[in-house]
Amino acid sequence: MAAVDIMIDQIYKVLDTVKDPEIDTVSVLDLGMVEHVDIDGQQVVIKMLPTFSGCPALNIIKGNIERAIKTVENVDSVEVQFIFNPPWTSDRITEKGKAGLKLFGIAPPPKYLEEDGSWHVECAYCGSDYVTMDNIFGPTACRSILYCKSCKNPFEAMKPISTIM
Amino acid sequence: MTGNIENPVVELLFQLADDDYLFSYRGSEWLGLAPHIEEDVAFSSITQDTMGHATMFYRLLEGLGVGVADSLAHIRPASERKNSILVERPNGEGYYMDNPQYDWAYAVARNYIYTTAKKIKIDSLKSSSDETLRDAAVKVSMEIYYHLLHWKTWFVQLFNATEDARKRMTTALEKVLADCGDLFSYGEAATAITNAGLIESEEVLVNRWIEYVKPVFETIKVEVPTFGKPQQNGRNQEHTKELQQAIDTMSEVYATDLAASW
Repeated sequence: MAAVDIMIDQIYKVLDTVKDPEIDTVSVLDLGMVEHVDIDGQQVVIKMLPTFSGCPALNIIKGNIERAIKTVENVDSVEVQFIFNPPWTSDRITEKGKAGLKLFGIAPPPKYLEEDGSWHVECAYCGSDYVTMDNIFGPTACRSILYCKSCKNPFEAMKPISTIM
Repeated sequence: MTGNIENPVVELLFQLADDDYLFSYRGSEWLGLAPHIEEDVAFSSITQDTMGHATMFYRLLEGLGVGVADSLAHIRPASERKNSILVERPNGEGYYMDNPQYDWAYAVARNYIYTTAKKIKIDSLKSSSDETLRDAAVKVSMEIYYHLLHWKTWFVQLFNATEDARKRMTTALEKVLADCGDLFSYGEAATAITNAGLIESEEVLVNRWIEYVKPVFETIKVEVPTFGKPQQNGRNQEHTKELQQAIDTMSEVYATDLAASW
Protein backbone atom coordinates (compact mmCIF):
# COMPACT_ATOMS: atom_id res chain seq x y z
CA MET A 1 0.00 0.00 0.00
CA ALA A 2 1.38 3.40 -0.96
CA ALA A 3 1.90 5.93 1.81
CA VAL A 4 -0.85 8.12 0.50
CA ASP A 5 -3.32 5.22 0.50
CA ILE A 6 -2.46 4.40 4.09
CA MET A 7 -3.04 8.02 4.98
CA ILE A 8 -6.42 8.11 3.24
CA ASP A 9 -7.37 4.90 4.97
CA GLN A 10 -6.52 6.43 8.34
CA ILE A 11 -8.40 9.62 7.55
CA TYR A 12 -11.56 7.67 6.74
CA LYS A 13 -11.19 5.68 9.96
CA VAL A 14 -11.01 8.93 11.92
CA LEU A 15 -13.93 10.43 9.98
CA ASP A 16 -15.98 7.46 11.14
CA THR A 17 -15.43 8.62 14.74
CA VAL A 18 -16.69 12.17 14.07
CA LYS A 19 -20.36 12.07 14.98
CA ASP A 20 -23.24 14.34 14.08
CA PRO A 21 -23.23 16.70 17.09
CA GLU A 22 -27.01 16.35 17.37
CA ILE A 23 -27.15 12.57 16.76
CA ASP A 24 -24.19 10.94 18.47
CA THR A 25 -24.90 7.45 17.10
CA VAL A 26 -24.18 8.41 13.48
CA SER A 27 -20.89 9.54 11.96
CA VAL A 28 -20.50 12.17 9.25
CA LEU A 29 -19.28 9.36 7.03
CA ASP A 30 -22.45 7.31 7.55
CA LEU A 31 -24.57 10.38 6.85
CA GLY A 32 -22.97 10.48 3.42
CA MET A 33 -21.58 13.96 3.97
CA VAL A 34 -17.99 13.19 2.93
CA GLU A 35 -17.58 13.59 -0.81
CA HIS A 36 -13.83 13.63 -1.30
CA VAL A 37 -10.54 13.57 0.57
CA ASP A 38 -7.65 15.31 -1.16
CA ILE A 39 -4.06 14.88 -0.02
CA ASP A 40 -1.20 17.03 -1.13
CA GLY A 41 1.93 16.11 0.82
CA GLN A 42 0.91 16.74 4.43
CA GLN A 43 -2.03 18.96 3.55
CA VAL A 44 -5.50 17.51 3.63
CA VAL A 45 -8.60 19.02 2.04
CA ILE A 46 -11.92 17.37 2.81
CA LYS A 47 -14.87 18.21 0.58
CA MET A 48 -18.15 17.86 2.44
CA LEU A 49 -21.78 18.10 1.39
CA PRO A 50 -24.03 20.07 3.74
CA THR A 51 -27.23 18.19 4.60
CA PHE A 52 -29.55 21.19 4.99
CA SER A 53 -28.11 24.57 4.04
CA GLY A 54 -29.30 26.29 7.22
CA CYS A 55 -28.15 23.54 9.59
CA PRO A 56 -26.35 25.21 12.53
CA ALA A 57 -24.42 21.99 13.18
CA LEU A 58 -22.36 22.44 10.00
CA ASN A 59 -19.79 24.75 11.59
CA ILE A 60 -19.47 22.47 14.60
CA ILE A 61 -18.95 19.48 12.29
CA LYS A 62 -16.31 21.40 10.37
CA GLY A 63 -14.41 22.21 13.57
CA ASN A 64 -14.71 18.66 14.90
CA ILE A 65 -13.37 17.16 11.67
CA GLU A 66 -10.44 19.55 11.52
CA ARG A 67 -9.49 18.78 15.12
CA ALA A 68 -9.82 15.02 14.62
CA ILE A 69 -7.90 14.78 11.35
CA LYS A 70 -5.00 16.81 12.73
CA THR A 71 -4.24 13.84 14.99
CA VAL A 72 -3.58 11.60 11.96
CA GLU A 73 0.07 10.83 11.44
CA ASN A 74 1.88 13.00 8.85
CA VAL A 75 -1.02 15.45 8.60
CA ASP A 76 0.14 19.01 8.86
CA SER A 77 -2.95 21.00 7.89
CA VAL A 78 -6.65 20.23 7.37
CA GLU A 79 -9.22 22.24 5.53
CA VAL A 80 -12.90 21.32 5.38
CA GLN A 81 -14.82 22.78 2.45
CA PHE A 82 -18.57 22.58 1.95
CA ILE A 83 -19.54 22.08 -1.68
CA PHE A 84 -22.95 21.83 -3.35
CA ASN A 85 -22.21 19.60 -6.29
CA PRO A 86 -23.22 16.83 -6.05
CA PRO A 87 -26.07 17.82 -3.72
CA TRP A 88 -26.52 15.83 -0.53
CA THR A 89 -29.53 13.55 -0.75
CA SER A 90 -30.96 11.33 1.97
CA ASP A 91 -30.16 8.14 0.01
CA ARG A 92 -26.47 8.78 0.76
CA ILE A 93 -27.00 7.55 4.33
CA THR A 94 -25.37 4.14 4.72
CA GLU A 95 -26.96 1.01 6.23
CA LYS A 96 -24.81 1.53 9.32
CA GLY A 97 -26.03 5.11 9.42
CA LYS A 98 -29.64 3.99 9.26
CA ALA A 99 -29.09 1.60 12.17
CA GLY A 100 -27.48 4.42 14.14
CA LEU A 101 -30.44 6.70 13.50
CA LYS A 102 -32.85 4.06 14.78
CA LEU A 103 -30.77 3.64 17.91
CA PHE A 104 -31.30 7.34 18.55
CA GLY A 105 -35.07 7.06 18.03
CA ILE A 106 -35.06 8.45 14.51
CA ALA A 107 -36.54 6.48 11.64
CA PRO A 108 -34.27 6.50 8.58
CA PRO A 109 -35.53 8.43 5.56
CA PRO A 110 -37.85 6.45 3.28
CA LYS A 111 -36.34 5.28 0.01
CA TYR A 112 -39.24 6.31 -2.17
CA LEU A 113 -41.75 9.08 -2.46
CA GLU A 114 -45.24 8.14 -3.61
CA GLU A 115 -46.55 9.85 -6.71
CA ASP A 116 -48.59 12.27 -4.60
CA GLY A 117 -45.45 13.26 -2.67
CA SER A 118 -46.39 11.30 0.46
CA TRP A 119 -43.98 8.89 2.10
CA HIS A 120 -44.07 6.02 4.54
CA VAL A 121 -41.81 5.14 7.43
CA GLU A 122 -41.88 2.61 10.21
CA CYS A 123 -41.77 3.45 13.91
CA ALA A 124 -38.15 3.82 15.03
CA TYR A 125 -38.94 1.86 18.22
CA CYS A 126 -41.31 -1.00 17.37
CA GLY A 127 -41.15 -1.10 13.57
CA SER A 128 -44.92 -0.75 13.16
CA ASP A 129 -46.22 1.06 10.10
CA TYR A 130 -49.35 2.16 12.00
CA VAL A 131 -48.01 5.70 12.37
CA THR A 132 -49.24 9.23 11.75
CA MET A 133 -47.36 12.35 10.68
CA ASP A 134 -47.56 14.91 13.45
CA ASN A 135 -45.42 17.60 11.85
CA ILE A 136 -43.39 17.41 8.65
CA PHE A 137 -41.05 19.91 10.35
CA GLY A 138 -39.23 18.93 13.50
CA PRO A 139 -36.64 19.95 16.08
CA THR A 140 -33.93 20.17 13.42
CA ALA A 141 -34.13 20.99 9.71
CA CYS A 142 -33.63 17.37 8.66
CA ARG A 143 -36.29 15.72 10.86
CA SER A 144 -40.07 15.31 11.01
CA ILE A 145 -42.19 14.41 14.05
CA LEU A 146 -44.41 11.32 13.91
CA TYR A 147 -46.53 9.31 16.32
CA CYS A 148 -46.74 5.53 16.53
CA LYS A 149 -50.27 4.31 17.17
CA SER A 150 -49.00 0.80 17.95
CA CYS A 151 -46.50 1.46 20.72
CA LYS A 152 -47.90 4.93 21.52
CA ASN A 153 -44.57 6.69 21.24
CA PRO A 154 -43.79 9.90 19.47
CA PHE A 155 -40.73 9.47 17.26
CA GLU A 156 -38.83 11.35 14.61
CA ALA A 157 -37.92 10.52 11.03
CA MET A 158 -35.29 11.91 8.68
CA LYS A 159 -37.01 13.77 5.84
CA PRO A 160 -36.48 12.31 2.40
CA ILE A 161 -34.42 14.70 0.28
CA SER A 162 -34.00 14.02 -3.40
CA THR A 163 -33.16 15.94 -6.56
CA ILE A 164 -36.57 15.10 -8.02
CA MET A 165 -38.02 17.61 -5.55
CA MET B 1 -31.11 50.10 -18.80
CA THR B 2 -27.73 48.37 -18.55
CA GLY B 3 -26.21 51.36 -16.71
CA ASN B 4 -22.95 50.52 -15.03
CA ILE B 5 -23.55 46.89 -14.19
CA GLU B 6 -20.04 45.60 -13.57
CA ASN B 7 -20.95 42.03 -12.79
CA PRO B 8 -24.52 40.81 -13.37
CA VAL B 9 -23.89 37.73 -11.16
CA VAL B 10 -23.20 40.03 -8.21
CA GLU B 11 -26.37 42.02 -8.93
CA LEU B 12 -28.56 38.92 -9.05
CA LEU B 13 -26.94 37.36 -5.98
CA PHE B 14 -27.65 40.49 -3.93
CA GLN B 15 -31.30 40.36 -4.96
CA LEU B 16 -31.60 36.68 -4.03
CA ALA B 17 -29.62 37.04 -0.79
CA ASP B 18 -31.41 40.16 0.45
CA ASP B 19 -34.81 38.65 -0.38
CA ASP B 20 -34.19 35.54 1.71
CA TYR B 21 -32.49 37.48 4.49
CA LEU B 22 -35.45 39.83 5.02
CA PHE B 23 -38.02 37.08 4.49
CA SER B 24 -36.28 35.05 7.23
CA TYR B 25 -36.09 38.04 9.52
CA ARG B 26 -39.83 38.63 9.26
CA GLY B 27 -40.35 34.91 9.84
CA SER B 28 -38.16 34.92 12.93
CA GLU B 29 -40.26 37.73 14.45
CA TRP B 30 -43.15 35.24 14.52
CA LEU B 31 -41.25 32.83 16.78
CA GLY B 32 -43.42 31.96 19.77
CA LEU B 33 -46.41 33.79 18.29
CA ALA B 34 -47.71 31.32 15.67
CA PRO B 35 -51.29 30.04 16.14
CA HIS B 36 -50.19 26.74 17.71
CA ILE B 37 -47.02 25.02 18.82
CA GLU B 38 -46.65 22.70 15.82
CA GLU B 39 -46.88 25.72 13.56
CA ASP B 40 -44.21 27.44 15.61
CA VAL B 41 -41.92 24.44 14.98
CA ALA B 42 -42.72 24.39 11.27
CA PHE B 43 -42.48 28.13 10.64
CA SER B 44 -39.19 28.47 12.51
CA SER B 45 -37.74 25.46 10.66
CA ILE B 46 -38.71 27.04 7.34
CA THR B 47 -37.19 30.32 8.50
CA GLN B 48 -33.97 28.55 9.42
CA ASP B 49 -33.78 26.89 6.00
CA THR B 50 -34.39 30.23 4.32
CA MET B 51 -31.68 31.95 6.31
CA GLY B 52 -29.46 29.07 5.14
CA HIS B 53 -30.30 30.02 1.55
CA ALA B 54 -29.44 33.66 2.25
CA THR B 55 -26.15 32.47 3.75
CA MET B 56 -25.37 30.45 0.62
CA PHE B 57 -25.95 33.49 -1.59
CA TYR B 58 -23.91 35.85 0.63
CA ARG B 59 -21.08 33.27 0.67
CA LEU B 60 -21.13 33.13 -3.12
CA LEU B 61 -20.75 36.92 -3.08
CA GLU B 62 -17.86 36.52 -0.66
CA GLY B 63 -16.32 34.06 -3.10
CA LEU B 64 -16.55 36.72 -5.80
CA GLY B 65 -14.53 39.09 -3.62
CA VAL B 66 -17.44 41.42 -2.84
CA GLY B 67 -16.98 41.32 0.94
CA VAL B 68 -17.34 39.08 3.99
CA ALA B 69 -20.66 37.20 3.99
CA ASP B 70 -21.62 38.22 7.55
CA SER B 71 -21.08 41.90 6.96
CA LEU B 72 -22.84 41.78 3.59
CA ALA B 73 -25.80 40.34 5.46
CA HIS B 74 -25.80 42.55 8.54
CA ILE B 75 -23.99 45.80 7.95
CA ARG B 76 -25.25 47.06 4.58
CA PRO B 77 -27.76 49.89 5.12
CA ALA B 78 -31.25 49.95 3.60
CA SER B 79 -30.01 52.30 0.87
CA GLU B 80 -27.84 49.47 -0.52
CA ARG B 81 -30.38 46.64 -0.27
CA LYS B 82 -31.89 44.95 -3.32
CA ASN B 83 -34.70 42.93 -1.77
CA SER B 84 -38.29 43.25 -2.95
CA ILE B 85 -40.70 45.50 -1.03
CA LEU B 86 -42.86 42.50 -0.09
CA VAL B 87 -40.29 40.92 2.25
CA GLU B 88 -39.49 44.10 4.16
CA ARG B 89 -43.08 44.88 5.19
CA PRO B 90 -43.69 44.45 8.92
CA ASN B 91 -45.82 41.54 10.13
CA GLY B 92 -48.40 43.93 11.59
CA GLU B 93 -48.77 46.47 14.33
CA GLY B 94 -46.50 46.44 17.37
CA TYR B 95 -43.04 45.02 17.90
CA TYR B 96 -42.19 41.35 18.39
CA MET B 97 -40.90 42.08 21.90
CA ASP B 98 -43.77 44.37 22.82
CA ASN B 99 -47.44 43.80 22.15
CA PRO B 100 -47.18 42.29 18.66
CA GLN B 101 -50.53 42.48 16.84
CA TYR B 102 -49.41 40.33 13.94
CA ASP B 103 -51.81 39.17 11.25
CA TRP B 104 -51.65 35.43 10.53
CA ALA B 105 -53.65 35.81 7.31
CA TYR B 106 -51.03 38.27 6.04
CA ALA B 107 -48.22 35.88 7.02
CA VAL B 108 -49.85 32.98 5.13
CA ALA B 109 -50.60 35.09 2.04
CA ARG B 110 -47.13 36.63 1.92
CA ASN B 111 -45.36 33.33 2.56
CA TYR B 112 -47.35 31.50 -0.08
CA ILE B 113 -46.83 34.16 -2.76
CA TYR B 114 -43.16 34.66 -1.92
CA THR B 115 -42.38 30.92 -1.84
CA THR B 116 -44.15 30.17 -5.13
CA ALA B 117 -42.29 33.08 -6.78
CA LYS B 118 -39.05 31.76 -5.31
CA LYS B 119 -39.74 28.32 -6.74
CA ILE B 120 -40.21 29.76 -10.24
CA LYS B 121 -36.94 31.69 -9.97
CA ILE B 122 -35.02 28.74 -8.53
CA ASP B 123 -36.28 26.45 -11.30
CA SER B 124 -35.03 28.94 -13.88
CA LEU B 125 -31.68 29.21 -12.10
CA LYS B 126 -31.23 25.45 -12.52
CA SER B 127 -30.45 26.22 -16.18
CA SER B 128 -28.36 29.31 -15.45
CA SER B 129 -25.23 30.00 -17.48
CA ASP B 130 -23.44 30.29 -14.12
CA GLU B 131 -22.44 26.98 -12.54
CA THR B 132 -22.46 28.18 -8.91
CA LEU B 133 -26.00 29.51 -9.36
CA ARG B 134 -27.08 26.16 -10.86
CA ASP B 135 -25.65 24.22 -7.91
CA ALA B 136 -27.19 26.57 -5.36
CA ALA B 137 -30.56 26.30 -7.10
CA VAL B 138 -30.57 22.48 -6.89
CA LYS B 139 -29.88 22.70 -3.15
CA VAL B 140 -32.56 25.32 -2.47
CA SER B 141 -35.07 23.48 -4.62
CA MET B 142 -34.96 20.34 -2.48
CA GLU B 143 -35.64 22.32 0.68
CA ILE B 144 -38.41 24.61 -0.56
CA TYR B 145 -40.32 21.54 -1.70
CA TYR B 146 -41.45 21.22 1.93
CA HIS B 147 -42.02 24.96 2.35
CA LEU B 148 -44.34 25.01 -0.65
CA LEU B 149 -46.39 22.10 0.68
CA HIS B 150 -46.73 23.88 3.98
CA TRP B 151 -47.82 27.32 2.78
CA LYS B 152 -50.09 25.93 0.09
CA THR B 153 -51.93 23.91 2.74
CA TRP B 154 -52.51 26.97 4.94
CA PHE B 155 -53.36 29.21 1.98
CA VAL B 156 -56.03 26.90 0.56
CA GLN B 157 -57.47 25.83 3.91
CA LEU B 158 -57.89 29.34 5.26
CA PHE B 159 -59.45 30.58 2.02
CA ASN B 160 -61.88 27.68 2.05
CA ALA B 161 -62.66 27.84 5.78
CA THR B 162 -65.22 30.17 7.40
CA GLU B 163 -66.59 33.38 5.94
CA ASP B 164 -64.47 35.36 8.38
CA ALA B 165 -61.30 33.48 7.38
CA ARG B 166 -62.01 34.09 3.71
CA LYS B 167 -62.59 37.78 4.30
CA ARG B 168 -59.33 38.12 6.20
CA MET B 169 -57.41 36.15 3.58
CA THR B 170 -58.87 38.26 0.78
CA THR B 171 -57.79 41.48 2.51
CA ALA B 172 -54.35 40.02 3.25
CA LEU B 173 -53.85 38.79 -0.31
CA GLU B 174 -54.75 42.22 -1.70
CA LYS B 175 -52.18 43.81 0.58
CA VAL B 176 -49.54 41.28 -0.51
CA LEU B 177 -50.29 41.68 -4.22
CA ALA B 178 -50.02 45.46 -4.00
CA ASP B 179 -46.35 44.90 -3.09
CA CYS B 180 -45.54 42.34 -5.79
CA GLY B 181 -44.61 44.78 -8.56
CA ASP B 182 -40.89 44.27 -8.05
CA LEU B 183 -40.96 40.63 -6.98
CA PHE B 184 -39.80 39.30 -10.37
CA SER B 185 -38.08 42.53 -11.38
CA TYR B 186 -34.29 42.70 -11.73
CA GLY B 187 -34.44 46.50 -11.67
CA GLU B 188 -31.84 48.42 -13.62
CA ALA B 189 -29.73 45.27 -13.89
CA ALA B 190 -32.41 43.43 -15.90
CA THR B 191 -30.77 43.58 -19.33
CA ALA B 192 -27.34 42.70 -17.99
CA ILE B 193 -28.71 39.76 -15.99
CA THR B 194 -30.80 38.25 -18.77
CA ASN B 195 -28.22 38.94 -21.50
CA ALA B 196 -25.70 36.98 -19.45
CA GLY B 197 -28.14 34.05 -19.40
CA LEU B 198 -28.16 33.92 -15.61
CA ILE B 199 -31.94 33.57 -15.37
CA GLU B 200 -34.91 34.02 -17.68
CA SER B 201 -36.61 37.38 -18.15
CA GLU B 202 -39.15 38.88 -15.78
CA GLU B 203 -41.96 38.42 -18.34
CA VAL B 204 -41.21 34.70 -18.84
CA LEU B 205 -41.11 34.05 -15.09
CA VAL B 206 -44.28 36.01 -14.31
CA ASN B 207 -46.19 34.02 -16.93
CA ARG B 208 -44.77 30.76 -15.60
CA TRP B 209 -45.77 31.77 -12.08
CA ILE B 210 -49.33 32.47 -13.22
CA GLU B 211 -49.52 28.98 -14.77
CA TYR B 212 -48.03 27.46 -11.62
CA VAL B 213 -50.47 29.02 -9.14
CA LYS B 214 -53.53 28.76 -11.41
CA PRO B 215 -54.76 25.39 -10.06
CA VAL B 216 -54.49 26.67 -6.48
CA PHE B 217 -56.38 29.87 -7.29
CA GLU B 218 -59.06 27.75 -8.96
CA THR B 219 -59.39 25.74 -5.75
CA ILE B 220 -59.98 28.90 -3.72
CA LYS B 221 -62.18 30.44 -6.43
CA VAL B 222 -60.13 33.59 -6.77
CA GLU B 223 -58.99 35.05 -10.06
CA VAL B 224 -55.27 34.60 -10.75
CA PRO B 225 -53.60 37.93 -10.00
CA THR B 226 -51.51 40.00 -12.36
CA PHE B 227 -48.67 42.15 -11.08
CA GLY B 228 -48.70 45.85 -11.90
CA LYS B 229 -45.79 48.23 -12.36
CA PRO B 230 -44.05 48.73 -9.02
CA GLN B 231 -44.60 52.04 -7.22
CA GLN B 232 -41.22 51.52 -5.62
CA ASN B 233 -38.61 49.07 -6.88
CA GLY B 234 -36.57 47.42 -4.16
CA ARG B 235 -34.15 46.08 -6.79
CA ASN B 236 -33.15 49.71 -7.41
CA GLN B 237 -32.64 50.31 -3.68
CA GLU B 238 -35.99 52.06 -3.23
CA HIS B 239 -37.35 50.99 0.15
CA THR B 240 -39.76 51.72 2.98
CA LYS B 241 -38.56 53.06 6.35
CA GLU B 242 -39.36 49.69 7.95
CA LEU B 243 -36.42 48.10 6.16
CA GLN B 244 -33.76 49.96 8.14
CA GLN B 245 -35.56 49.12 11.40
CA ALA B 246 -35.51 45.44 10.46
CA ILE B 247 -31.80 45.53 9.60
CA ASP B 248 -30.98 47.37 12.83
CA THR B 249 -32.78 44.79 14.96
CA MET B 250 -31.35 41.83 13.08
CA SER B 251 -27.77 43.10 13.22
CA GLU B 252 -27.86 44.42 16.79
CA VAL B 253 -25.84 41.56 18.28
CA TYR B 254 -23.45 41.24 15.33
CA ALA B 255 -22.76 45.00 15.42
CA THR B 256 -21.78 44.94 19.11
CA ASP B 257 -18.54 43.15 18.26
CA LEU B 258 -17.62 42.82 14.60
CA ALA B 259 -14.53 40.74 15.36
CA ALA B 260 -16.29 38.13 17.51
CA SER B 261 -16.52 34.55 16.34
CA TRP B 262 -20.06 33.19 16.78
